[in-house]
Amino acid sequence: MSPNSLDEQFEAARAGNRRVLGRLLTMVERQDDNAVVVSERAHRDAGQARVIGVTGAPGSGKSTITGHLAAVSGADQPAILAIDPSSPLTGGAILGDRIRMDNNVSSNTFIRSMATRGHAGGLAVAVPDAVRVLDAAGYDPIIVETVGVGQVEVTIAAAADTTVVVVTPGWGDAVQANKAGLLEVADIFVVNKADRPDARGARRDLELMLDLGHRDDWRAPIVLTTATEGEGIDDLWAEVERHTSYLHDSGELARRRCRRRRSEVADRIELGLRDRAHRLIEAHSGEFALDRVERHELSPAAAAQQLLASLIPDNHPED
Amino acid sequence: MSETSGHSPRSADDPEPLRVVLAKLGFDGHDRGLKVVARTLRDAGMEVIYLGLRQTTESIIAACEQEDADVIGLSMHNAGHLTLAPRMVQAVDTAGLDVPVVIGGIVPAEDVNVLIEAGVAAVLGPGASAEEVVAAVKAAVTRQSAAR
Repeated sequence: MSPNSLDEQFEAARAGNRRVLGRLLTMVERQDDNAVVVSERAHRDAGQARVIGVTGAPGSGKSTITGHLAAVSGADQPAILAIDPSSPLTGGAILGDRIRMDNNVSSNTFIRSMATRGHAGGLAVAVPDAVRVLDAAGYDPIIVETVGVGQVEVTIAAAADTTVVVVTPGWGDAVQANKAGLLEVADIFVVNKADRPDARGARRDLELMLDLGHRDDWRAPIVLTTATEGEGIDDLWAEVERHTSYLHDSGELARRRCRRRRSEVADRIELGLRDRAHRLIEAHSGEFALDRVERHELSPAAAAQQLLASLIPDNHPED
Repeated sequence: MSETSGHSPRSADDPEPLRVVLAKLGFDGHDRGLKVVARTLRDAGMEVIYLGLRQTTESIIAACEQEDADVIGLSMHNAGHLTLAPRMVQAVDTAGLDVPVVIGGIVPAEDVNVLIEAGVAAVLGPGASAEEVVAAVKAAVTRQSAAR
């Protein structure tokens, strides 16, 4: 009755078995040996789904907007990946995004909450894997929601086909707009809580920032929403659709996905190296080098260089 | 790859955090206690999927499946426990889920055994300390995985 082989599990997930899909996601979330196998199997069928990133400050209304977006997409099987920070002290987390979504989304939406967990940089590979699994299971669009604080969270939301950045009135002025790294990743801006005073001021500041120059031939539109009332959500979805067309027509989609693949492979190499670096320092040669550093015979920099050379030859033949 | 059928095998000493779904069933608006429990379990290193107020057995089951939860925690303060708690346990069984149900809130002493006999894994009253709450959740998961 329970599907055993990985092929059977993916088949079951595609056929709508949410428990099996939930378990596959747990496996990639753990990034253990199973994860590699699951990821590889998922990669064969992935690449069909639209990936939308939603990010912004805490309390800006991301989860409510995300829930609405899944609903207005009109898709048969939308999925939401809601990422919240783990406590750095205890490793625990309160994942509360579902309560902002339950009233809006229909039962065909698959929602998974993910905590950032301890492993440094691990999120950067666990999230693409989770997206891959949802994609292979036939979910589309896949909306990835993260809090827009911290480099990793912003990078994850930015690693989407379309990135939506949510701000609220009073979040800051034009100067803030220019210094915040969060804003550079936006394909679409949302000024949420637009029923509050100065929503138009927030829009004006964003327009001013965009007037100073934007990346390419796409200028990020600014949509005003009152997410709790569902106002402006149709406009937002229309902009998401327009951006999707732009991505296809301009060839930007292929370029973005190419960049995404590169950076994911780079992230994985980095993680693997970090892991090996820690093992190396625990090993005999690491102890030996550390002793020499302690006796002031070797500087930390020189010790690191020597140990690194034992991991990877400095002059790679392919260079 | 290793055996992956059934629920992912978990025990309380698994290094990865336990995933707990916390909810209130039906028209019970007292969620202060549930919020305290959420914080307590987080501080014990667990991942709390907080569903909050006005849930149904169906919505809790759906969340458990999607979130691959290890345990369900229900808070009850409106004397509905004798009706709702067994109904939740029943729903978990019907769905074929392998997840224990822990109840917290106001449950009179004479009702505790009734709930345990109905399949509830543990009942925590208002006097329960943070340590007792954490221990009860861990024990419920351990017993469940031992019975597997």
